[in-house]
Amino acid sequence: MTTSPMPAGAVDYTTKIPNNVNLADDQRVLKALEQWHPGYIDWWMTMGPEGFQTSDVYLRTAISIDPKGWAKFDYVKMPEYRWGILLAPQDDTRQVNFGAHKGEKAWQEVPGEYRANLRRLIVVQGDTEPASVEQQRHLGKTAPSLYDMRNLFQINVEEGRHLWAMVYLLQKYFGKDGREEAEGLLQRRSGDDDKPRMLGAFNETTPDWLSLFMFTFFTDRDGKMQLESLAQSGFDPMSRTCRFMLTEEAHHMFVGETGVGRVIERTCEAMKAAGIDDPHDINRVRALGVIDLPTIQKKANLHFSLSLDLFGSEVSTNAANFYNGGLKGRYMETKIDDDHALTSATYPVLKFIDGQIRMVEEPALTALNMRLRDDYVKDCQGGVNRWNKVMEKAGIKFALTLPSVAFHRHVGEFKGVHATPDGKVLTETQWAQMRDQWIPSLDDGAFIESLMVPCWERGKYANWIAAPKVGIDNKGGDFEYVKIHRA
Amino acid sequence: MTSTEATAVKKQHLIDPEICIRCNTCEATCPVGAVTHDDTNYVVDVEKCNFCMDCISPCPTGSIDNWRTVAPGRVYSLSEQFSWTELPKQGELSDGETAAAEAIEAEVGALLAEAHKGSGGKAVAPASATKPSVNLYSRAKPMVATVQGNFRITAAGAESDIRHIVLGFGEQAFPVLEGQSIGVIVPGTRADGKPHDIRLYSVASARDGEKRNGNNLSLTIKRAEQGVGSTYMCNLKVGDKVSITGPFGSTFLMPNDTNANIIMICTGTGSAPFRGFTERRRRAIEGAAGKLVMYMGARTPEELPYFGPLQKVPQLLLEKHLVYSRLPGQPKEYVQDRMRKHGPELVTLLKSASTHVFICGLRGMEAGVDEALADICRAERLDWSALKPDMRGSGRYHVETY
Repeated sequence: MTTSPMPAGAVDYTTKIPNNVNLADDQRVLKALEQWHPGYIDWWMTMGPEGFQTSDVYLRTAISIDPKGWAKFDYVKMPEYRWGILLAPQDDTRQVNFGAHKGEKAWQEVPGEYRANLRRLIVVQGDTEPASVEQQRHLGKTAPSLYDMRNLFQINVEEGRHLWAMVYLLQKYFGKDGREEAEGLLQRRSGDDDKPRMLGAFNETTPDWLSLFMFTFFTDRDGKMQLESLAQSGFDPMSRTCRFMLTEEAHHMFVGETGVGRVIERTCEAMKAAGIDDPHDINRVRALGVIDLPTIQKKANLHFSLSLDLFGSEVSTNAANFYNGGLKGRYMETKIDDDHALTSATYPVLKFIDGQIRMVEEPALTALNMRLRDDYVKDCQGGVNRWNKVMEKAGIKFALTLPSVAFHRHVGEFKGVHATPDGKVLTETQWAQMRDQWIPSLDDGAFIESLMVPCWERGKYANWIAAPKVGIDNKGGDFEYVKIHRA
Repeated sequence: MTSTEATAVKKQHLIDPEICIRCNTCEATCPVGAVTHDDTNYVVDVEKCNFCMDCISPCPTGSIDNWRTVAPGRVYSLSEQFSWTELPKQGELSDGETAAAEAIEAEVGALLAEAHKGSGGKAVAPASATKPSVNLYSRAKPMVATVQGNFRITAAGAESDIRHIVLGFGEQAFPVLEGQSIGVIVPGTRADGKPHDIRLYSVASARDGEKRNGNNLSLTIKRAEQGVGSTYMCNLKVGDKVSITGPFGSTFLMPNDTNANIIMICTGTGSAPFRGFTERRRRAIEGAAGKLVMYMGARTPEELPYFGPLQKVPQLLLEKHLVYSRLPGQPKEYVQDRMRKHGPELVTLLKSASTHVFICGLRGMEAGVDEALADICRAERLDWSALKPDMRGSGRYHVETY
């Protein structure tokens, strides 16, 4: 029984860490978080957005879990952002909805038998959050507009908040182990040889803004799929944490999808104006100072394949155990019409057998990574279709496609296999010859980099990207999204 | 526009498939399961959506905030919505209906349609206006605001008692734009046992609050003899709780364009939205190239709302023409009389495509102002009967009278 006068769901701003989990009454966790806080700020100052820590950024801060008033927009200096702990409202009737414990009341504490597995899930998810901030820290200085710069920083502070969300779970439910893991999240560094981040895609560089848009479209969408399946968890605090994070994650995918769309729009517009109809006339298109469509395809190939690796092995006993234990469900689990136990079902899995790519039926329980990846691919295809609409509307004959899941893989069935984007197996030599046609070459990278010049005038956009259709928070076209004070 | 017409057509909530990124936030947020999707589109089931507006604010794209007024039997089915690559255009509506969703509740929609009918056609928001939030709170789900102030703004001895009332929202969000209205749910019931009608009041403060970033707003309310709503409001004390709905209105909005000239014509409490306009310009775009010109009428200076504070507003920010109809020993003067004296200046403004006219106040002023504008134009060889619909169609002519 709490004596707090706060209404349910309201956010307490009296503690250093804004929260709706009643931290004021939980001195142990409050103290642990307050001890973690300076290390976090230290990490943010050294590994967060470079050069803009004293700028005023028009940011959205989550202030409530009520959908109507959940966020407010205002100018904030990033280090002063109120990173808080916000969980979706608790539903006392919620149950474990899948696996061996289906029908039990959802757990408010960690079941002993699943402690290690749950901790692992939280740490892996938590590790991706600061990693992406590190990957993107140099991008501010080449922002193509104040609007885009603001969106980048919004993503960064919210990834920071998602780290807080995971750290809260670790500190609250995993004692000493959790505190050590929380420290570890601040120690690893993206791309570091000695202490890399845990997942491959989070150790790649994000060298330019097209990479950022591709990353937020493809890789943050993996985040969405993972968060959604973790939101199904029988461990209720994790479910509630992830549900609220999804609300913020949506903006990140918005930046990716509209970002790539605006690049395509601008390229098509420039081609039309110059009377160029052939999208493969790369040199002429590049001479216009815009990114040619085949290079955009290569970027998509790269980021799609790296993001597929994040789903792990297609057939995985870990995934089966997570599901059977009620820890991590399928995407939109409760909307699927089956027995939610999967003990006798099968699922088709694409495998590499005797030198061929073949579909094989596998027990559905061990094929859960594959299933989530399939849902992911479908979700990606929806966005690609919309990009293609932009070209169709402009009358440019070109369509982007998602490469085969066998293309350019480093994890799972197709690790070590060389395949074309349409899924034909190649020899090592053939791959070496063709690689630069499918994945951005050094020249491609150098060209894109040459376009990355800052454009910080209010209402102006760099030549290679179109203006957005609508502003953030209904702001007009020349709104000053970032008041720049370079540190 | 009457309330019977308002119930004959249906407001339908739709998602713009061109803007939506299928992030699923709306579907996850909807408390009644009205939002669903296929591989292409997210769609809203018109049978299930109860306009609770929970999905609006979390949407990262703004695609969620689309509305169409449809004839009965012509609602868009789920399969139609799944097949869309873009939103259908708003179909032709009867006069007075607006394409934008001014309000979802038929009751409030009818009130606004009535208030805006004086413009003589379909109202359109100024091109540079910010897209407003509307209908966030309803009779079924009101916002409870706290009274932060209630001041008399007419002289102590004056006959009319006009109040400046400040409502605060604490940690809750209630985003309004200058020119929008809110609804007040008056406690108690009518003689027939039904709840009192919603009372609509124009917001008198700027979008960032009566006090800057105060998360509050102000209203200008005149106590009417035996007026249930105004008596309730004018008697409020600091700390009292008031249930409100809205915000409402998506056409009578301030243009953001710094070059916009805004001619504001009002009587009495009709000055409320223009107080918001003026304050907005002072705070956000000081030194704007566009002019603010106000013709404001009252019986006497003592009965003119905000008389004192108005004197301190610099003429450079706001060109004020205060007009009185009951000054002792002087002939009655109405706003249209003063306007006639400024014919050439007004016509110069009216000829500019950056000029917006807003009229707000008692219904009785409409005809006189309209005639004056026609006469002023005629004298300068300009055809008001052609200019007015042109300005209205481009969101530059607005009337809100009661």
